[in-house]
Amino acid sequence: MLEIRNLHATVDGKEIIKGLDLTIGAGEVHAIMGPNGTGKSTLSYVLAGRDGYEVTEGEILFQGENLLDLETDERACRGIFLAFQYPVEIPGVAGTTFLKTALNAVRKSRGEDDLDAMQFLKHVREKAKTLGVSDEMLRRPLNVGFSGGEKKRNEALQMAVLEPSFAILDETDSGLDIDALKVVADGVNAMRDPARSMLIITHYQRLLNYIEPDHVHVLVNGRIAKSGGKELAERLEEHGYAEFLDAEAA
Amino acid sequence: MAATAKTIEQVKSVGDKYKYGFVTDIDLDYAPKGLNEDIIRFISAKKEEPEWLLEWRLKAYAHWLEMPEPEWAKVDFPPIDYQDAYYYAAPKSDEDKPKSLDEVDPKLLETYEKLGIPLHEQEVLAGVAVDAVFDSVSVATTYKGKLEEQGIIFCSISEAVQDHPELVKKYLGSVVPYGDNKHACLNSAAFTDGSFVYIPKGVRCPMELSTYFRINAENTGQFERTLIIADEGSYVSYLEGCTAPMRDENQLHAAVVELITLDDAEIKYSTVQNWYPGDEDGKGGIYNFVTKRGACRGRNSKISWTQVETGSAITWKYPSCILEGDNSVGEFYSVAITNNLQQADTGTKMIHLGKNTSSTIIAKGIAAGRSDSTYRGQVKIMPNAEGARNFTQCDSLLIGDQCGAHTVPYIESRNPSARVEHEATTSKISDDQMFYCQQRGLSDEEAVALIVNGFCREVLQQLPMEFAVEAQKLVGISLEGSVG
Repeated sequence: MLEIRNLHATVDGKEIIKGLDLTIGAGEVHAIMGPNGTGKSTLSYVLAGRDGYEVTEGEILFQGENLLDLETDERACRGIFLAFQYPVEIPGVAGTTFLKTALNAVRKSRGEDDLDAMQFLKHVREKAKTLGVSDEMLRRPLNVGFSGGEKKRNEALQMAVLEPSFAILDETDSGLDIDALKVVADGVNAMRDPARSMLIITHYQRLLNYIEPDHVHVLVNGRIAKSGGKELAERLEEHGYAEFLDAEAA
Repeated sequence: MAATAKTIEQVKSVGDKYKYGFVTDIDLDYAPKGLNEDIIRFISAKKEEPEWLLEWRLKAYAHWLEMPEPEWAKVDFPPIDYQDAYYYAAPKSDEDKPKSLDEVDPKLLETYEKLGIPLHEQEVLAGVAVDAVFDSVSVATTYKGKLEEQGIIFCSISEAVQDHPELVKKYLGSVVPYGDNKHACLNSAAFTDGSFVYIPKGVRCPMELSTYFRINAENTGQFERTLIIADEGSYVSYLEGCTAPMRDENQLHAAVVELITLDDAEIKYSTVQNWYPGDEDGKGGIYNFVTKRGACRGRNSKISWTQVETGSAITWKYPSCILEGDNSVGEFYSVAITNNLQQADTGTKMIHLGKNTSSTIIAKGIAAGRSDSTYRGQVKIMPNAEGARNFTQCDSLLIGDQCGAHTVPYIESRNPSARVEHEATTSKISDDQMFYCQQRGLSDEEAVALIVNGFCREVLQQLPMEFAVEAQKLVGISLEGSVG
């Protein structure tokens, strides 16, 4: 599904990702953990194609296609979805309007017709119900005045509606209380599918108790310092990142 | 017709950008170029007007010659050569004025079909009656018969002069006197047609009334005059749309609209203005110098202006309300979008005369490219306006770093019991917002259109349904090429 080879990326001329290799197969869930400032969020922005995040070396193949040749919206239409750590407010645009515009843009790129209003609402309401997103919340301007939990549930809803083939969850657990975390995790788990891969970026192990990864990677100083199974996450919870930081310093 | 051929070529080359830019090849009857007393007599004679109206026009003309151009607006353009334009251009078929739609030149009907304005009554969207003004004259008014059953008069102003002279004489120029400003003065002298509406006492007009203005001929000015009177306890919603072909030269559009509401009456006036804005280098486009004003003469009466201004090279327009009647209400909802080298200086005036009068102003300005957008608004509370209230909110949105947005409020309160509020914001579309939308699959242009539509929502939702959808699309189209 996704293959990253020797990736180097800079932000404002400063190198943040320094030779990262990562292969994610179809249907796999990977977690990337690491201390603050090691390039976790940078990686997610590079994958999504944000302006200002420049790849200086290496390549990224997504379903056999060179991802770096594609614009942000083209990547989204190919099935790359980023659940934001800080979802953005768009005043005056109702959640449903935003979702409908996005869904129809993605459908258009696949050569499918726009969904009409009735079909669309049916599609959204089904998904919204399981994530505890009310009709009232869907009518409100997108993310404006939403609580942390509402914002994250809304991101999960967008993911459920757009049905991406590759989802990146950037610090999805931040700002969530335990109940909201469960709702979001259930939503994400319901989307696990042999044809869909996920990359979970997180600081704490907590989220991984609810969304169990197949592989865990430790990102330190712009590189994968260690890879393993979910037991690696548990070890990190106990011992922290110190051993990897020391190894890096040595 | 070299110029026409060139225009058509340009239309093809820019594709969808200004889809109304076509020219209809139709036989036209022109008055000689330029403006003088003879031309005014000619126009008046063509329309078989009564003596009093000709005199009024001539008085206006004499006054116009002396009047200075208004220079306080933040717009910049070379002096207008008033003698280099035609002041009367009418489709020739008008010689034997069509009695029904079947007699209207099929080419004209085709034009309106291209514009998406169906004139055939059987095709008319349920609930919209249309008066179409082509260059200088009204070519067709639909649903007249049905409206007449309720005593509603909806016709061209030329017809109203013939058929309802007492109403025209009583109200014409009563809200915008001929000497009001240079552009209104020119209109008073040279107006060729426009729409007239009278809603009788207690009648709620059962459908939206709509006028579609189209400048087609080359070097023509369009000076239409609209007069709407809502008698006691009546209600009407009126829509106005405008387009023009793409031409290299600037064309002048100096319209006057007067609204009058008597006791407990309400007029809702909505405009979607999409005159040709000129090309990317600022060549061509319409000078839209329009005077619109409503008088709430009666108690508890209400006038509400909603405008979506996306076109014109220069917009100079301040739809206003004079709140004479006690408890009367004035509203102004505006979206003004400028791109490339467009200039817009637009806003409103709310003049509070009566007790407990209230007004609301919501103005949204969006500037992109190298354009300049100014909100200019006056709120004036006169000494007798006990308990008057005003709320003003002006929001500006900038796209790119070469455009300008300006807010110029004039607030004057002469009554200590009045309450006047003014809020203003200026913002830019953030990179975060763009990235968020793009990450969900929206192109640059789709993202801008969505964000700007959200920014304008409070205003757009004031528009009648049919118009709102069109306006939303227009918002997107007019900002094409403004990012990336």
